[in-house]
Amino acid sequence: MFSGFMVNAWLVATVVALVAGVVGFFVVLRGSAFPAHAIPNGAFAGAAGANLIGVNPLIGLGVFSLAAALGIGRLSRRGRSDVVTALALMMMLALGAAFISQSTEYEPQIFSLLFGEILGVSASQVVPVAVLGAVCVAAVAVLYRRLLMTSIAPEIAAARGLRPERVELAFLVVIACSTTMTVPVVGALLIFSLMIGPPAAARSFANRPEFALVGSVAIALVTVWGALACSFTTNWPVGFYVGVFSATWFGLGRAYTWRRTRAVKGA
Amino acid sequence: MRFLFEPGLFSSAPVQTAFVIGGVTAVVSAIVGVLTVVRGQSFAGHALTDVATTGGSGSFLVGVTPLVGFIGAGVLGAGAMELAGVQRRRGRDVATGIVLGAATGLAALFLYLDTTRSASTGVTQQILFGSIFTVDPSTIPVVIVISVVTIALIGWMYRPLLLSSLSSELASARGVGVRRVSLLFMMTLAVSVGLSSVAIGSVLSTALLIGPAATALRLTKNLRRAFVYSCVVGVVATWLGVVLAYDSYYWDPSSQGLPVSFFIVSIIFLGYLVSGLGLVRRFVGRRASVVTVV
Repeated sequence: MFSGFMVNAWLVATVVALVAGVVGFFVVLRGSAFPAHAIPNGAFAGAAGANLIGVNPLIGLGVFSLAAALGIGRLSRRGRSDVVTALALMMMLALGAAFISQSTEYEPQIFSLLFGEILGVSASQVVPVAVLGAVCVAAVAVLYRRLLMTSIAPEIAAARGLRPERVELAFLVVIACSTTMTVPVVGALLIFSLMIGPPAAARSFANRPEFALVGSVAIALVTVWGALACSFTTNWPVGFYVGVFSATWFGLGRAYTWRRTRAVKGA
Repeated sequence: MRFLFEPGLFSSAPVQTAFVIGGVTAVVSAIVGVLTVVRGQSFAGHALTDVATTGGSGSFLVGVTPLVGFIGAGVLGAGAMELAGVQRRRGRDVATGIVLGAATGLAALFLYLDTTRSASTGVTQQILFGSIFTVDPSTIPVVIVISVVTIALIGWMYRPLLLSSLSSELASARGVGVRRVSLLFMMTLAVSVGLSSVAIGSVLSTALLIGPAATALRLTKNLRRAFVYSCVVGVVATWLGVVLAYDSYYWDPSSQGLPVSFFIVSIIFLGYLVSGLGLVRRFVGRRASVVTVV
C-alpha cells in the first residue's frame, strides 16, 4: 500500500487535502459552495477543448476555471450570484458537450476528469501540484484577514474601506487556481466534497476561526487518507469514499452541535 | 426559409418527439423555475439534477427504468437536503453541497460498477449529457402526466408558497406551515428536475429551470407576467435549439453536427445577458410593477 505508484498517490492526496481544507474553510464561511462546485465542474470542458485542439489539458483547465471565476464575479454585480453561477456552469458544460461531440472515443477521459485518477498519478505530476497548492495556500494567507472580515463582519469591512466584490473576485480566482491543480488528480466532482464536508464539520467542533481552520485541514487529511486506504483495499473509486466520508463528518458535526445546544438549554 | 429549415426537419420522427418532449419540459421547468429563482434555490435545483443522475446510473445497476431511478433519487435527495438544513437561508448552500457531494460519490461508484460489470459503452455520456433526439416516443405520455401533476401541485400550494418565499415570518403568522410548504416545494422541484434530466439530460435540465425564469424576472417585476415570459423564453429557446441542432448536421458534411444541448444553452445564456441590458429592460418592463421580489 505504501510502495510504487501508491507513493505518488499519498503525496498528492496530502497536498490536495491541505489545500481543500484551507480553501474550503472560506468556501463554507462565505457560503460559496455553488461557485466551488461550478468552477471545477465547468473547467472540465476546458480540458475537453484542449484535448480537441491538441494542447495540454492543464492549460484548458486553467483557462476555463479562470474564465469561470472572472465571469461569475463580474456578472454577479448585475444579477443574483446563484443564478449567474448556474448559467455560467451550464454554458461551460454545454461547450464541453460540443467539444466532446467533435472528438471520438472520449469516454474514459470524461470519467477520469470527472471522478479523478489519483491512483494513476505520475511522479512528474507531483511537483506542479505541490507548487500550485503552495500558491493557493499563500494566497489565502495573504487574503486571510480580508476574507475573514468581509465574511464575518461586512459592516466593519466596509467601514475600513474594503471592497467586498474585489475580495470575492480574488477568492474565486483562488478557487480556480486550486481547481486547475486538483481536477486531473482527484476529479472535478470530488474536490468539491472535500471542500465542503471537512470544513463544515470543523466549524461545528470549533468556535475560534483559527481552530476551525486547523480542524478543517486535519479532517480533510483524515478523509483523504482513509479514502485512499479503503479504495486500495476494495478497488472501488476513491471519490466514492471521499463523498461518503465527507457527508459522515458533516453529520457528526451536526449531531455534536445538536447535543451541545440541547445540553445548554437543559442546564 | 430554406436556410433555417433543412429538408426533412418536420417529417423526422426524432425531431417531432424532441419538439413535444422539449416543449413540455420547458414549460414545466419555466414555471417551477420562477419560484426556484424567487426562493433563491438555484443551487438546490441544480444539485438535484446531479442527485437524479446518480439515481439514473444506479437504475442501470438494479435494472429498473431510468425514470424511476431519476425521480426516486431526486425525491430522496430533496428529503436529505431538508434534513441537512436547506430551509434556512444561512447554511443552505452547505447543506445542499453535502448532499450533492455524497450523491456524486455514489454516482462515481455506480458508474464504475456499470462500466465494469456490463462493459456497456456510452453509459457515462448518455447519463451525463442525455439527448433530446434519443428519447423513446413511448415516454411522451408519462412525461405529460407527471408534468400536469407537477403544475397542479404548484397551483395548489401557490399562495402559501409565495407568501413563505417572500417572508417566512409573515407566512407563519398567517398560519402557513412554512416547513411543510418548503418540503413540498423541494419534492415538486425534485420531481420536475428528475423528469427533465431523464428526458433532456442534466445539463439542459438546470439551464431550462434557471435561465428562462431569471431572464423573465429581469424583464418584469410582475410575477404573473414573469411566469408567461419564462414559458415563452423556455419554449422558444428549446425549439430553436432543436432546429439549429438538426441543421448543424448539414453545415459541414464531414463533422457529426453539434449537440442540441449546446444550442439551447447558448440561446438561453445569450437571452439572459441581453435581458440585463438597460435598453431591453426599459422597453419590456415599462408598464410592469406590482410585486418586487427579485
